[in-house]
Amino acid sequence: MKSKSKKDQGKDRSHIEIRRDWCKGCGICVAFCPKKVLALDENEKAIIERPDECDQCGLCELRCPDIAIEITTL
Amino acid sequence: MAVRDYIRERFMPHIWCAGCGHGIVMNNLIRAIEVLGLKKNDIVMVSGIGCSARISGYLDFHTLHTLHGRALAFATGVKLGRPDLHIIVPMGDGDATAIGGNHFIHAARRNIDITAVIMNNHIYGMTGGQYSPLSVYGRMATTAPFGNIDQAFDIVGLAQSAGASFVARTTSYHATSMIKIFQKAITHKGFSVVEVLSQCPTYYGRKNRLGDAVEMMEFFKKNTTPLGSAAKEKNPDLIERGIFVQEDRPEYCAEYKKIIKKAMGEQ
Amino acid sequence: MNKKTLFLQGNEVCVEAALYAGLDFFAGYPITPSTEIVEHLASRLPQKGGCFIQMEDEIASMCAIIGASLTGMKAMTATSGPGFSLMQEAIGYAVMAEIPCVIVNVQRGGPSTGMPTSVSQGDVMQARWGTHGDHAIITLTASNHQDVFAMTVEAFNLAETYRTPVILLLDEVVGHMREKLLMPEPAEIPLIERLHTSVKEGTDYHPYLPREDGRLPMSDFGGVHRYNVTGLVHDMWGFPTNNPKIAHGLMRHIVDKIENRVSEITRVKEYFLDDAEGILLSYGSSARSALHVVKNRRKSGERLGLLELQTLWPFPAELVRERCAHAKYVLVVELNMGQILQEVKKAVDDPSKVFLANKVDGTFITPTDIRNVIRLILGKGV
Repeated sequence: MKSKSKKDQGKDRSHIEIRRDWCKGCGICVAFCPKKVLALDENEKAIIERPDECDQCGLCELRCPDIAIEITTL
Repeated sequence: MAVRDYIRERFMPHIWCAGCGHGIVMNNLIRAIEVLGLKKNDIVMVSGIGCSARISGYLDFHTLHTLHGRALAFATGVKLGRPDLHIIVPMGDGDATAIGGNHFIHAARRNIDITAVIMNNHIYGMTGGQYSPLSVYGRMATTAPFGNIDQAFDIVGLAQSAGASFVARTTSYHATSMIKIFQKAITHKGFSVVEVLSQCPTYYGRKNRLGDAVEMMEFFKKNTTPLGSAAKEKNPDLIERGIFVQEDRPEYCAEYKKIIKKAMGEQ
Repeated sequence: MNKKTLFLQGNEVCVEAALYAGLDFFAGYPITPSTEIVEHLASRLPQKGGCFIQMEDEIASMCAIIGASLTGMKAMTATSGPGFSLMQEAIGYAVMAEIPCVIVNVQRGGPSTGMPTSVSQGDVMQARWGTHGDHAIITLTASNHQDVFAMTVEAFNLAETYRTPVILLLDEVVGHMREKLLMPEPAEIPLIERLHTSVKEGTDYHPYLPREDGRLPMSDFGGVHRYNVTGLVHDMWGFPTNNPKIAHGLMRHIVDKIENRVSEITRVKEYFLDDAEGILLSYGSSARSALHVVKNRRKSGERLGLLELQTLWPFPAELVRERCAHAKYVLVVELNMGQILQEVKKAVDDPSKVFLANKVDGTFITPTDIRNVIRLILGKGV
């Protein structure tokens, strides 16, 4: 994911994918998401709670210690 | 290539604890390499022993997992054998500044084209929370039950005075600038050192009541400032981050090529 | 053919032989009495386009040659006593990760700083067991310059054949002595080059899966196969594992590849053994005095023979047992407190007939010293 192209993307043109088997539930993505898109579920795995709020800043992807988050451009 | 194309997926999830800063370092190191468009066959990752050293096993490069503290010595041999390859050495507190301290200053002094990424989490994680040469004075560790009376090394100062021609500091919180710094460090011709302040919530955080990974990253956010900022003047306790040294200096392998020319001419 | 005759120090011979064997990379740290190797390579190696580096210590030197070897280079380091101690951890790494390399130890008096400028053969057991854990090791030695040359080349050949570190144990007398060397012609001594894998890019390559003959074809770092090298117990791809079955298999492999090939690895020189009643068994510089005694006493009809070991490890126990079977006594001549003596006692049918002629005072053992011990054995008094 190149940050350059990210700015050009429309809001609805990306998709956040979370690999549950890699996620260790540290909560870093949840805490630092500027739009509060993410949350931890009852199994302490990250989930996308409010996908519409996501503005694809990509910080969750970059700060994930488990490399469990991937934002793909549709 | 996608980030996951650089990972040996069969070993994931990795061994690091939840919230460990080392995962963030690995994450952004891959991204820097991806942006640079380097070929996987052109990268050798050499690591020592410790939590940080485990990075090499997860990445799909030529990987050499060596002895505690000796990664830079092994890396020196690899680099001189194949000067065209990119050599990246992830290190922790012990590898870089304790058992491997001598190799660190000498690799810096030679200015050999190797990138050392030092994950400073102020503690020995793999063996369970003993103090390191990077533990802050007064902090607790399993081997400092009454508080640490050792003074910590300043990696940036150490690298700078030892002769590294690229020296930078960043934190696990500052992911985007970390990627840029890694890019510059890897492409720099000479010995490059990137100190990344990294959280160990399991030992350093818990022993010292510093909170969880998020709180420790908040600390990096609040207590660091870009190099040369006005904030530092107001609050000298702030830790500076950014690129401290970036200079063109004679690189070791290039210098040795000249030696070969001289030696062959003299024959 | 008129061979080039040179008059050199043993350490210089070692340098010339290493270059003959195709040395590409040397890392070292100066230490008496091996320093001349470092000095000569500093000028000789770049003349051939190779790389010399003086590292910050012997630990780094040993590590650097392993790193260089992984890029396909023939790599060597050289040291003495204290430096050899420092190298032990990384020698174990080279054993475990199966990295070909050569370590020269020009022995001096020990322990500790000991007698830096004096001769000793006190590191024989350290060569065998200096690094921790069960393992096998190849160790060669030589008593004269022609043999220093041959054994140095042999060290490289065995390192490449068995993907293992090989230790060349010289001693101060051999290292510093000057004598004649008839320089072998190019290609006169066969060289064994690295066995590279024929596995093509994109096909699964197993760096740690031995072939039927026990050899493991390598792929150089920077090549098309990306794999892992570690000192941890590892699987056939080089990745760490705790699987007891794999761990057992790996331990057996690194030991068996050497211990099961003792006869292929053994190099000895035999002098007048056929009818020998007394056999001197020696190696390195002390074998020179032993040979002198044997030749001298033969003139007066004394049936003495010499078995000179050039391979110390793996110890050629079977050969020693067989050669010594009919001797009335075996006298081990060495400059230590009996390190090879114990191996000989273990090897022969009757350990009570094995004796020791030694010196540990930093001086060289003379033919008279040996002769005096023989007189004692024969009940003649000194």
